[in-house]
Amino acid sequence: MFGNKLEISLYRYNPEEDKFPYMKKYIIDKPERDIMVLDLLNLLKEEDQSISYRRSCREGVCGSDGMNINGKNGLACITPISEVIKRNKIELRPLPGLPVIRDLVVDMTEFYSQYEKIKPFLQNETTAPEQERLQSPEDRDKLDGLYECILCACCSTSCPSFWWNPDKFVGPAALLQAYRFLVDSRDLKTQERLESLSDPFSVYRCHGIMNCVNVCPKGLNPNKAIGEIKSMLHKNKKDIIVSDGA
Amino acid sequence: MNNINTIEFDALIIGGGGSGMRASLELAKSGLKTAVVSKVFPTRSHTVSAQGGITCAIASADPNDDWRWHMYDTVKGADFIGDQDAIEYLCSEGPKAVFELEHMGLPFSRFENGRIYQRPFGGQSKDFGKGGQASRTCAAADRTGHALLHTLYQNNVKEGANFLNEWFAVDLVKNSKDEVTGVIAFSIENGEVAYLKAQATVLATGGAGRIYASTTNALINTGDGLAMALRAGYPAQDMEMWQFHPTGIYGAGSLVTEGCRGEGGYLINKDGERFMERYAPNVKDLAGRDVVARSMVLEILEGRGCGENNDHIFLKLDHLGADVLNSKLPGICELSRTFAHVDPIYEPIPVVPTCHYMMGGTPTNISGQAYTRKNNEDHLIPGLFSVGEAACVSVHGANRLGGNSLLDLVVFGRATGKHIQKELKSGGGVTSATKDDIDASLKRLNKLNESNSGFDTADVKKELQECMQNYFGVFRRGEFMKQGLDQLKDLKEKVDNLHLTDKSDAFNTSRVEAIELQNLFDVAEATAISAYERNESRGAHARDDYPDRDDENWLCHTIFDPKSESVSKREVNFNPSKLEAFPPKARTY
Repeated sequence: MFGNKLEISLYRYNPEEDKFPYMKKYIIDKPERDIMVLDLLNLLKEEDQSISYRRSCREGVCGSDGMNINGKNGLACITPISEVIKRNKIELRPLPGLPVIRDLVVDMTEFYSQYEKIKPFLQNETTAPEQERLQSPEDRDKLDGLYECILCACCSTSCPSFWWNPDKFVGPAALLQAYRFLVDSRDLKTQERLESLSDPFSVYRCHGIMNCVNVCPKGLNPNKAIGEIKSMLHKNKKDIIVSDGA
Repeated sequence: MNNINTIEFDALIIGGGGSGMRASLELAKSGLKTAVVSKVFPTRSHTVSAQGGITCAIASADPNDDWRWHMYDTVKGADFIGDQDAIEYLCSEGPKAVFELEHMGLPFSRFENGRIYQRPFGGQSKDFGKGGQASRTCAAADRTGHALLHTLYQNNVKEGANFLNEWFAVDLVKNSKDEVTGVIAFSIENGEVAYLKAQATVLATGGAGRIYASTTNALINTGDGLAMALRAGYPAQDMEMWQFHPTGIYGAGSLVTEGCRGEGGYLINKDGERFMERYAPNVKDLAGRDVVARSMVLEILEGRGCGENNDHIFLKLDHLGADVLNSKLPGICELSRTFAHVDPIYEPIPVVPTCHYMMGGTPTNISGQAYTRKNNEDHLIPGLFSVGEAACVSVHGANRLGGNSLLDLVVFGRATGKHIQKELKSGGGVTSATKDDIDASLKRLNKLNESNSGFDTADVKKELQECMQNYFGVFRRGEFMKQGLDQLKDLKEKVDNLHLTDKSDAFNTSRVEAIELQNLFDVAEATAISAYERNESRGAHARDDYPDRDDENWLCHTIFDPKSESVSKREVNFNPSKLEAFPPKARTY
């Protein structure tokens, strides 16, 4: 009998009613076919309207439903329950390290402000041609593995350095985008971008823990991008010293 | 409850997808006080799911490509009820809008010569249908919508645009002069209700694919803006025209881009036959989406479907090889593995025609100005605009061509932003609303908040979606649609009396879902009544009982009037300014 039931332990918190958050148990019949964690939440919400979580595309491209699933951050809509059930149990919590608004909904203000801080837009003040700016396929390939980020925050909220310094450490998600613009052959503000990242916190709080790589639902590698930024910063510093000497 | 704050703007854009953010970008640059009201953080909008690309004659794949050829294809694809002045504007202004996106940083894929990569899509031709297949769809791998939406958001950040994120617009506010003066909206995060007052209100809320049980659309696609306009008494045009995309993943509904067939993939039935050769001998799998979707349904109905229940079709891609699939269609490989448990490098993807796109919407002109009908004439609605899938300008007519929706978003988002700027700077605008006007728009929200009994949102939504799926799907018949209409009448009572059990103000998603269901219902009702009235088959509207196109009676738009719940006809525009109109002819592929 136990084998046919599924126990979901869900983080609940409604600021209007609860002094503290708590874990609530829901026991349901195990779905006949493998479904996604988001489908599971939708089933629960049909029974209990008061459960809150974000969701939109339900196919892993909009980044709304990042959450902590049995201890690991991921997107609910592309995580099959078969991959995460442990002893017929699933534990769902909000992304760690950000203030909780309600249930699985976190306040992402700090995350977005780090993104805005790196100036996530192409900067090229030269007069644009009538057609597109040309870019070789090789130069375009450099953006692969970077531009695909969906801003779900799974990486940054799994990063201990971001937990400690969410206001000063840019975090893996925004640093991935910082690198996306640093390597775009069309962007002309490389120097300014590097200077804005050269303080002890923005990039250098990354200690290569690699949680970001482990959890990214799109298979991206922020750690590698951060490593590349560090090399660029290092080279830049040397170049400045050399040119000062000259 | 009704002492609410008023927040004042010059222009208000409801919806933070591609069209809304293209309009807001134009306005943010102009210095007008503008805000985007979005029920989700903008990059969660459904534009993000667009895959294959943005169709536009930028003459990259073919240096001789011509926007007039694109226009011809679009007119024909629309089965001749697209407005030719609007299609001309779309196709001729398109290159400018696409190059601007590139200048903003959109990471388009590239050809060896450094120009933007273009791939073939369905319904594309050279030389007005006489020169063979064209390659006109500009792409960023198969993540073009994601790249476009993020680029627009990034440039809005650059220009300092205002966003009211996770605010939900409930109803339009209208004054006694029949001017739209803003919306009632609430903050999802804390429940604060406000009257957002504006000189110009732009509905950019996208489609409503969630009226059907099986759809490629995001869960948030509930037609909020169109429903607000309907409730305010404004009409909707061509609501019977819903596109069923040939390739939604069987069981899951996720979209598999037409770009798969553009890159050389094709559909097979259970016998392994490439059946599109029978239905569209010239262009086969790259016929219009309506043609391909109907052919698939016929194969299934005639017992040649795949799988245990013969209820789907296979999309074969393995012959393209791992290199092409990984470089050109990486997102599809990912989706297919996740949702179909199939790796397209080795096996075909199970697909079925799935509701994808709403060709109808709030009627507008090419500046995004919405209009209503009085005595069978167009009358502009002061203060109200609409763009993108929510609007019906109409460039898609009875069937949209693949890649034309992203172009629609940026071309008309841009045009609308420019128009509002000009209008407001030259002193145009609307007067204010009274307390009674505002209270009238608060009614629906108040009723829901005060409900202590009634129907359950999730149950009623399922009933509505099943009804639309059963009676208003790929093939339609009068007698069945009549049954559907009767069922909708019963559903109306339920939708008007939903019980909101959770009344809290902190991120209450059940309140949002209840209002979304009411919006879905209004759109579904307009769809059903319009479909029942159009007694012919044209584009996406295929009737068993009227299998032929009837130009004599139905070469026209339908206008659904929500006040009388009746349908009237409106003439199609055949007056492009730069070339002769394309006259209707038989539509074969």
